[in-house]
Amino acid sequence: MQVVSGVRDPLVTGGKTVHDVSHDISRHVENPPAKSWYLAMAISLAVFGYGLYCVFMVLWNGIGMWGLNKTVGWAWDITNFVWWVGIGHAGTLISAILLLFRQKWRMSINRAAEAMTIFAVICAATFPLIHMGRLWLGFYWALPLPNTFGSLWVNFNSPLLWDVFAISTYFTVSLVFWYIGLIPDFAVIRDRAQVAGNKVRAAVYNALSFGWEGGAKTWMRYESVALILAGLSTPLVLSVHTIVSFDFATSIIPGWHTTIFPPYFVAGAIFSGFAMVLTLLLITRKVFKLEDYITIYHIELMNIVIIVTGSIVGVAYITELFISWYSGVEYEGYAFFNRVQGPYAWAYWSMMTCNVISPQLFWFRKIRTSLVATFVLSIVVNIGMWFERFVIIVTSIHRDYIPSSWTMFHPTMYDIGEYLFTFGLFFTAFLLFAKFFPVINMAEVKSIVKHNSENVGADKKVSEKQHA
Amino acid sequence: MDANKNFVVGIFDDEDILLEGVEKVRDNGVKIHEVYSPFPVHGLDEALGYKRSRLPMAAFLFGMTGTSLALTMQIWMLGYDWPMIIGGKNFASLPPFIPVTFELTVLLAALGMVATFMIVSDMKPYKWPRQFDLRSTDDKHVMAIDLALNAGKSKEDIKRILKEAGASEANDKNFD
Repeated sequence: MQVVSGVRDPLVTGGKTVHDVSHDISRHVENPPAKSWYLAMAISLAVFGYGLYCVFMVLWNGIGMWGLNKTVGWAWDITNFVWWVGIGHAGTLISAILLLFRQKWRMSINRAAEAMTIFAVICAATFPLIHMGRLWLGFYWALPLPNTFGSLWVNFNSPLLWDVFAISTYFTVSLVFWYIGLIPDFAVIRDRAQVAGNKVRAAVYNALSFGWEGGAKTWMRYESVALILAGLSTPLVLSVHTIVSFDFATSIIPGWHTTIFPPYFVAGAIFSGFAMVLTLLLITRKVFKLEDYITIYHIELMNIVIIVTGSIVGVAYITELFISWYSGVEYEGYAFFNRVQGPYAWAYWSMMTCNVISPQLFWFRKIRTSLVATFVLSIVVNIGMWFERFVIIVTSIHRDYIPSSWTMFHPTMYDIGEYLFTFGLFFTAFLLFAKFFPVINMAEVKSIVKHNSENVGADKKVSEKQHA
Repeated sequence: MDANKNFVVGIFDDEDILLEGVEKVRDNGVKIHEVYSPFPVHGLDEALGYKRSRLPMAAFLFGMTGTSLALTMQIWMLGYDWPMIIGGKNFASLPPFIPVTFELTVLLAALGMVATFMIVSDMKPYKWPRQFDLRSTDDKHVMAIDLALNAGKSKEDIKRILKEAGASEANDKNFD
């Protein structure tokens, strides 16, 4: 039995049938891509190629190619790492936490959001890997493997090592979760290829679908697997950014040494993740004509998540500032005074404007249901979240305890190039995903067509009138 | 007649008609081989009389394996094999070992459960499934009935029962 609320807006519009769902989503895999796809791919690959050159130069010459100095030993690489990991939080949050809360609006956005998560985590992982310098030796430095030094084991007391386990577990579990969701949809494409007589495509998608047949017993097990994966992923999502925040919070640097970091980082991660999901989905929706599946209602709900998490982040910024003064610790106080008033004040105030003030515009219904405003604000939020990490990292260390070692950080073209490298990687991967994989979870959307589509709403209104 | 060869296939257009149909077909004493659906239909497993999946138990056992493996590894490596003073802490102190323990618990539970699921459901990339109707991944629910297991009933009887139960079509399907 399903209870349908007459208050909620329909999740699928346009009078779609179950067959329409298969057709509307699969045709993007079956048809050759549009010219705009090739153009976007060419730009992504060009950016990727330039980035690859910069990465090669850094690996060849060492990380001295970056703009780091004796005082600022961590800057762009870790900023970009935390930024990408944060973005990588939305996908699994949508598919896991919203599944546990039975939020059906997740169904048409979870596939693309999870893909984004996986690519964002890959981008994030490139920064610590390259930072190791000789990353081919990294296995011995980062994993507990027997080695020729004793064995001298890795330090399990270090949050950097926790990060290795957290990020790799998060990546693996998200990948598995995403793939499990893809299996029935690959079978849809396989069977459509069989009907169309395309044997190669049928064979490829059959292999990808692991020979899926969709029997009731398999579906029963499948649902059980999805539910438990959601249950496992929920604490996992929250743990990842908590552990990333430990990288800073367990140190004794003023500005980093604070217990507020874990919840503050997790809220920020969800905030930036949803912003990136919106940026990508608004384009995908337009290009693939998915307006009936990703409706204004979906966008509005995501914008509400952005207001909530943005406000949590805002409260965290102000709490941090207040406590630095209230604690009476001189160094802590100076770190924050320097953030607000010092040479990086422009970065601090960019962060405040983008993250605290701009999402408050979504309180206006007109703004949160406007596609243009949402698109612009989603990019503003991501810029703001980049500045947040930059502010936390660089302003806390560029003026250390001895004024003679005070300095500024200036990125080199290799810092910038490596950031561009991840952009190229991310968009190339996302474009490949959009071409070869179904961008919306067909099986899940099909299960709500009957009960949550426009047709149901119409029937309901009619029956309500009759009752009245 | 050999089992698993000759089938009657009922096509259902709607999940609610299917759920009632399954009960009607079973009440008529017909044994259902399996129902293939494009999406999970809630209540279908109960209507078909399937027992609840034990995959949660598998996930729990794999998770516990992860927990004990992680704790054993960390305590042995830093506590016994090569003890080191790090920040003046105990060699094997539990709190800093919790994050890695948690992560490995989740990792093993997830991977172990998914692997178990794939093995029990016989999912392999090189397997071509036996398909009763290609529309079963698009928009139709396909009920397969093995004639050999319903020897007491004629093909026509089964087709009539399927139609009465709400099937829009009832077709023959033979595998050689």
